[in-house]
Amino acid sequence: MTDASREPNATQQVVLRLRGISKNFGAVSALTDIDLDVHAGEVVALVGDNGAGKSTLVKVLAGVHAPSSGTMEFNGKPVSIADPSAALNLGIATVFQDLALCENLDVVANIFLGRELSPLRLDEVAMETKAWTLLNELSARIPSVREVVASLSGGQRQTVAIARSLLLEPKLILLDEPTAALGVAQTAEVLDLIERVRDRGLGVLMISHNMEDVRAVADRIVVLRLGRNNGVFTPDASNHELVGAITGAANNSVSRRAGRRAQQEISQGERQ
Amino acid sequence: MSNIPNPGAGKPLLDRSDVRVKHASGISGTLSAFYDRVRSGDLGSLPVVVGLVIIWTVFSTLNPIFLSPTNLVNLLFDCSTVGIISLGIVCVLIVGEIDLSVGSTSGFASALLGVLWVNNGWPVGLAILAAIACGILIGSIYAALFNKLGMPSFVSTLSGLLALLGLQLFTLGKTGSINLPYGSALVSFGQTLVMPDWLSHTVALLPGAIMLLVGFRSAARRREANLSTQSSGNLLVWAGAITVALELIVYYLNIDRGIPWMFALFVGLVVFMNYALTRTQWGRSMTAVGGNREAARRSGINVRKVYLSAFVLCSSFAALGGVLAAARLASSSQQAGTGDVNLNAIAAAVIGGTSLFGGRGSAYAALLGIIVIQSISNGLTLLDLSSSLRYMITGGVLAVAVIIDSLARRSRVSHGRA
Repeated sequence: MTDASREPNATQQVVLRLRGISKNFGAVSALTDIDLDVHAGEVVALVGDNGAGKSTLVKVLAGVHAPSSGTMEFNGKPVSIADPSAALNLGIATVFQDLALCENLDVVANIFLGRELSPLRLDEVAMETKAWTLLNELSARIPSVREVVASLSGGQRQTVAIARSLLLEPKLILLDEPTAALGVAQTAEVLDLIERVRDRGLGVLMISHNMEDVRAVADRIVVLRLGRNNGVFTPDASNHELVGAITGAANNSVSRRAGRRAQQEISQGERQ
Repeated sequence: MSNIPNPGAGKPLLDRSDVRVKHASGISGTLSAFYDRVRSGDLGSLPVVVGLVIIWTVFSTLNPIFLSPTNLVNLLFDCSTVGIISLGIVCVLIVGEIDLSVGSTSGFASALLGVLWVNNGWPVGLAILAAIACGILIGSIYAALFNKLGMPSFVSTLSGLLALLGLQLFTLGKTGSINLPYGSALVSFGQTLVMPDWLSHTVALLPGAIMLLVGFRSAARRREANLSTQSSGNLLVWAGAITVALELIVYYLNIDRGIPWMFALFVGLVVFMNYALTRTQWGRSMTAVGGNREAARRSGINVRKVYLSAFVLCSSFAALGGVLAAARLASSSQQAGTGDVNLNAIAAAVIGGTSLFGGRGSAYAALLGIIVIQSISNGLTLLDLSSSLRYMITGGVLAVAVIIDSLARRSRVSHGRA
């Protein structure tokens, strides 16, 4: 386990600082004393087993749930996030796991949903132009912004969701399993997209189950286990270490296989 | 190789840079795009137009009086009251809810109008306002039950149907029916007042003119923003066709009395609601909530307020429709708003193309749908058929409309247009 102070971006500004965040649902403590930092221009991956509290943490940050205790600092100022619009106003944009797009509306309407230009006389031209600008900045490939979202593929929908989250010029963007439902090519597209978002100087907090995706884009990997911090890793940490931290057990199939391989190597070495 | 850049444009149009997408150009392109859209289940108002042609052909062959200007003007008078109620139904259907009590709400409003105006001597304007205020109150109650208690609108409005019917009977008391004074402005409005010829012809010019004005202005803005534009030829053809069609309709109706003011009010409300639903943030929120409530909430839309506005609009339109129905019949009676009013209003919205599943619909659905419904009931009355047959046939038409809606929805899903 690497030390938390060994952060690659320690010099850059801290966008989000969480200290001792807890969240209880009745008798269940979904989160206990979570500490987390996200810097500008950094991709932090949040990994953990099912029920580790990843999604709950993202929902706390997005204003869907209020934390039971703990402090949140955003851009150095202590904040509390009461509802989704408060999070948006602070500059925290969220791309939820279940996409949260309206399939019956077109791409432009989805990108601007809830933040339409000139509410009493919608400015479709300006909205369409801005939508194309956002999508082109992400080098996204959307055939037409006037098609309903129902006609788009999974990767294209994810692109729309990410473009939508960038509309308000956020400081921090939360991605809940951005590649979970996607194919190989689409996953690569979304990972590219995440790098482009980081290059724009945003902080990115990404949840993923897929270690390969995490290694591909993350600058730091934060492990949660049973609602608690369970270590911070760099992307070059071994699978063995990561799986150990996620499952909390040194003895599992990954470690056993690694052990067997090591033993084989030793025995082969002895034979030679 | 054949990709010759447009010499006028330095860079490709923003929305035409993806070579994989076909874009319709010219009139043949527009037609084939329309054909593709219909084939994939995006029917729009096609079924209702086809249905209307069939219904009118059948009835006019059975009884030539059906298409006479006199009968059509009557038809428009009858359309307006239930049509306005149906406009409210469109609002609740778009957010994916239902109001089954619009008939009773309209009946109660008409009873209230009679009692306050005729029996208690209130000024008529005040009585109308009181009736509409009651509609607003009823809608707020449904919204509160839905938002605060999570009561399905199906159940709350079903109980409202009974409760309001009781309230209507209670308000009318023992007399059972109140005659509204003939010759009063309200009753004339409901029975005789029509637009002068010159005015109706002038108004019929407006849609085409507005279409041209808005079309050219937005085309100029889109060119400025480097977006593709509709060709001005297309725009001219459409605006011309609409103007000619409207002028012909107005001319034909003016052979008899002309366009009823009450129908003009209805069409005015339809146009207003169409603007509100398609061109304002509120309308966008309504469609979004109907399509995916959770997504709308996460976008920061106040979902409860949207539901409140939908229920309140529906009940207020129902109350207004009740007031006009009383004016049309010159009486507030126990029968007002009972019978088929409820289902006609809902059927009109659905036949016009508003989806029962939420998220799809337009104000014009109420206009087109009520003309279909009223044509059927009017034609069957002309044929002197009993009301038993009338109910059965209207029910059959509603079933067909819903079947078309479901099939089209299935086809849209499989073509990725849901």
